[in-house]
Amino acid sequence: AYKRFRELLPKEERENACSARVPKSRILTLPELRANPFQHRICRVFSTSDNGDDSMSFEDFLDMLSVFSDSATSDIKSHYAFRIFDFDDDGTLDRKDLEKLVNCLTGQGKESQLSNEEMEQLIRNILEESDIDKDGTINLSEFQHVVSRSPDFTSSFKIIL
Amino acid sequence: MIQDDGCESHIMLAADLSSSGQPLQLFGICDALSHVDLRSGERDSCHHPLFGALQQVLAAQGKGAGSTKNKEILGFYEHFSVYFFTEGIRAHWKDWVKPGAAPVLCRHLQLDQLSSETLVIQGRGHKVFPAPWDHGGLQEEARMDCWETGKVCQLPVDWDVSRLPRPLKNNEERSRDDIGQFFQYPGMNPIKPHRFMCIQVEQQVLKQVQGGSDVDNEEGSAAENEENVGGIDKGGKRATPRTRRGHARGRARHGGEEDEDDEDGTRRAGHRRHRNRRGRGRAAGNEGSDSDGDPAKARKNQANQKSKEDDEDEEDEKGGKSGKGKNEKKQDKKPDKKGKKEKANKKKKDKKKSGSGSDSDSEEEQITEEELAKLKEEVEEKKKLIATLRNKPWKMKKKLSVLKEAQLFVEKFEGALGKGKGKKFYAYKVMMTKKWMKFQRDFENFKTACIPWEMKIKEIESHFGSSVASYFIFLRWMYGINMILFGLTFGLVMVPEALMGKPYGSLPRKTVPRAEEASAMNFATLWDFSGFAQYSVLFYGYYNNQRTIGWLKFRMPLSYFLVGVGTIGYSFMIVIRTMARNANEEGGGDDTSFNFSWKMFTSWDYLIGNPETADNKFASITTSFKEAIVEEQESRKEENIHLTRFLRVLANFLALCTLAGSGYLIFFVVRRSQKFALEGLENYGWWERNEVNMVMSLLGMFCPTLFDVISSLENYHPRIALRWQLGRIFALFLGNLYTFIIALMDEINLKLEEEKVVKYNMSIWEASLYNGTIPENSTAPPIQVDPADVPRGPCWETMVGQEFVRLTVSDTMTTYITILIGDFLRAVFVRFFNYCWCWDLEYGFPSYSEFDISGNVLGLIFNQGMIWMGSFYAPCLPAINVFRLHTSMYLQCWAVMCCNVPQERVFKASRSNNFYMAMLLFILFLSTLPAVYTIVSIPPSFDCGPFSGKTRMFEVISETLEHDFPSWFGKVFGYASNPGLILPFILLMVLSIYYLNATSKSYKEANLELKKKLQTSRRK
Repeated sequence: AYKRFRELLPKEERENACSARVPKSRILTLPELRANPFQHRICRVFSTSDNGDDSMSFEDFLDMLSVFSDSATSDIKSHYAFRIFDFDDDGTLDRKDLEKLVNCLTGQGKESQLSNEEMEQLIRNILEESDIDKDGTINLSEFQHVVSRSPDFTSSFKIIL
Repeated sequence: MIQDDGCESHIMLAADLSSSGQPLQLFGICDALSHVDLRSGERDSCHHPLFGALQQVLAAQGKGAGSTKNKEILGFYEHFSVYFFTEGIRAHWKDWVKPGAAPVLCRHLQLDQLSSETLVIQGRGHKVFPAPWDHGGLQEEARMDCWETGKVCQLPVDWDVSRLPRPLKNNEERSRDDIGQFFQYPGMNPIKPHRFMCIQVEQQVLKQVQGGSDVDNEEGSAAENEENVGGIDKGGKRATPRTRRGHARGRARHGGEEDEDDEDGTRRAGHRRHRNRRGRGRAAGNEGSDSDGDPAKARKNQANQKSKEDDEDEEDEKGGKSGKGKNEKKQDKKPDKKGKKEKANKKKKDKKKSGSGSDSDSEEEQITEEELAKLKEEVEEKKKLIATLRNKPWKMKKKLSVLKEAQLFVEKFEGALGKGKGKKFYAYKVMMTKKWMKFQRDFENFKTACIPWEMKIKEIESHFGSSVASYFIFLRWMYGINMILFGLTFGLVMVPEALMGKPYGSLPRKTVPRAEEASAMNFATLWDFSGFAQYSVLFYGYYNNQRTIGWLKFRMPLSYFLVGVGTIGYSFMIVIRTMARNANEEGGGDDTSFNFSWKMFTSWDYLIGNPETADNKFASITTSFKEAIVEEQESRKEENIHLTRFLRVLANFLALCTLAGSGYLIFFVVRRSQKFALEGLENYGWWERNEVNMVMSLLGMFCPTLFDVISSLENYHPRIALRWQLGRIFALFLGNLYTFIIALMDEINLKLEEEKVVKYNMSIWEASLYNGTIPENSTAPPIQVDPADVPRGPCWETMVGQEFVRLTVSDTMTTYITILIGDFLRAVFVRFFNYCWCWDLEYGFPSYSEFDISGNVLGLIFNQGMIWMGSFYAPCLPAINVFRLHTSMYLQCWAVMCCNVPQERVFKASRSNNFYMAMLLFILFLSTLPAVYTIVSIPPSFDCGPFSGKTRMFEVISETLEHDFPSWFGKVFGYASNPGLILPFILLMVLSIYYLNATSKSYKEANLELKKKLQTSRRK
């Protein structure tokens, strides 16, 4: 992992790779993240940068890999998945988050996007299923409850360098 | 502070509610649904499902429509988490909440320390997820600040402590299951509703303690209590976090002044870390002069510990903020660490347990037993923390710092635990355990590095998603099994025979007959395994029936038999074990209640790294969404049902016709080949000789395509269609295999007839031989007849083995050729002719081929079935299969990467795994049937193979029993194997299977029932 991290850095910074921060644009060139629709969210969630440029230090990078590794428990995975899906960082998944999520999942193409009614229907269904306390949003515990039942969440929520 | 009235009202509320019988259900449901430890709960106050439930109950009860009560509940959430207990279990809460190991009270607070009077909790610094509990319009920052790491608050505990669950045992953490005991699912819960009580814990004093400042003694806190009460009263009934915080600050300052602490001022003025250190010193000093009892000391000790943690945390923060790197940070830490170590040393010397760097502290303290025990406990806790650290959703930095902290602590105090001589030994032990751990880790790494083809599979996984990779993982698994089978046959049968058995040419069965000698070295030997290959260790017929061979007295026939049986037994065992493990992993995977949410949250495969695959994935997700929506909208609207039905019936009819046709074709071909064989193969060309294999391979190649066409008639949902397709291909292969076997059986019977004739002829031949020379002496073969000239029987076992080997080889060839032509050439054609063609080849008709997972898996499985069937008669079969799998691994990897496109149809990896396994098991069973049948009920040939001369193959066992074991063993075996014992045994097994089956069924039913209940209660 260290090697890979170092490769992301420009040459002159390679010497002290532990201390340098990699800007977001470089992180996104990783082949593992390149095709991921949540790449920006992932950077945002794992970055500890103060000025909000989503750059990553080596530790952040490690952090990300450990969450996406095989050995992380499903609790951790679901925790971070929740945060990745929580687009506005407010601690709940509300309708807007879900909408964005669907758009991310269906891709950019015009023809592949869902129409408004479909979107509406979909989100309604989802809320019906997972919103246990009926407050119109999905919070972490509800999310974890849903996801922990899923048979292939842990097997698909991983990235391997 | 306890809100007396509040608490009581809550209890009353709970009692009220519970008397109606409703809340229990609600609580239980909430708990079951949200899967949480209510007490520690990672809850976000108002969004706790329980909250909604309570509100609902309140509304239902019409108790003031919840206006006032609601508020209380809200407040209640604001301050703390909720406790529900069963009545009747009484314990002091000290036993229940353990210090340090810290049931996390709520996500923002951590239980810090505990004495008989106070409970101190500490913020855990959750910045990222501010609790949305501020309905009072608080700013986010303020909220976050409120529970920054290191802020400490204190609680008295004179609230109702009598109703608590059972005390914790040593080092036990209250887990989810524990709570589950109290709130089981409603259907299963034996606890009556009115048993539920609710106790509110109110936050008492919020005292801001910076770094090393300690917890004051009771008077101080009591005074502050009063202050706090005043403050909150002033601030209004609902003390929002911010006001509390403000108060806390005020109080802290106030408290500091009260304590007339001189150092306080300097601390404030000085650098923060510096301050902290001195604070620690001060704490120790305080401790030295403290006249409190042991618990207080322990408390202080822990406070110190925490303060250090804070210390490090702050450092980390600073490091991060100033853009300093890890290295620098480390350097920063080094002196600090050194200091700590020095301190530790000092401590050891002084036999003091508390960390202290201050010079003024010189008081000697004795370590009492109690303290020792406590220390031990703490050390254990820290160790546990280290072990479980990985599972916490913290930032890496925090993890690192906490880990270092805990390790340091353990290091420090583990030494102090041992005394005198024991200490050294203890240290040594600790060191050794550390080394051992490190070794284990390295070994683990090494092991993962040793897994073959891991990188290749990962690469494929990233390009094609996990479903295609699952095929390769399956292939690898098969390879492993075949390696073991190969090891068994090679090590225990082939090598001994080759080394110690009689050499080639010494016996008729080990020599190529005269008639075939001319063609024995032809190139065709490699293709159809005749000639020299037929008379070698590769086949059954070569083995001699000598009971022992070589200087080792290796019991060849016995070994041969046992390896044959062991191969099958091992395969059964491994397949069933894998299945069981898979089933365990899947758990209750077939829960369909979260159809949409799963599609939403878990459909993305994060392993995908290829844009093209990603596009496909986008498309498939979109379609699945659309499909699901459509299904939901018109779930029961079928149109033109008659046409569909007709088409489906037609399709099934066609498929059946295909199956029957292919079966008949094979039967016909095998019969014809027998005719050819009888007339002598030499008169025919290559096609006639290999007709059977070729026909079978071709059928296997084209019928699936045919089925694909047929299934398009049916208009099923893709997933169901896939299942049908798999089932049909399966039936096809199975049918082919079994027709093949039946035809072989016919042939075996023919050969047996032939054998009789040959036997008769041979006796005549021998008689003539002996008559011609020395008729009397029959003990030693007097005439040297070349073994090649001796007439011999047809040896059907070798024939069977040969057939299987040929089948395997031709199957492999067909697969490879299919890959080369179907995939590679097509890809090349599409790629290069696309420039000069009328339509777009890449997206139009031929396009690139997809990787056909199901077909490949089925092919693999059937191949394996043939191996299992044939390996008894051809010990070389596992070897060939290993070779095949090895090459196909590389070839297919290459083919997939270079000329396939990711498929559009999604075949979920995790679900299908056990499906493959089930098929494999089925095939294994089916393929052992004929093998066992031939072993048990057909007499072996009289002049070839390890069992020649016996009437049945399994007589080897009784023979061994007779000769190699003491007589009593034989007797015991005889008794054990008589039907009077075996029948009851079988009966017992059947009964136990029945019982287990029944229990599992009832469990399943209970599960279903619970699920239903959950759903209905959710709908309410």
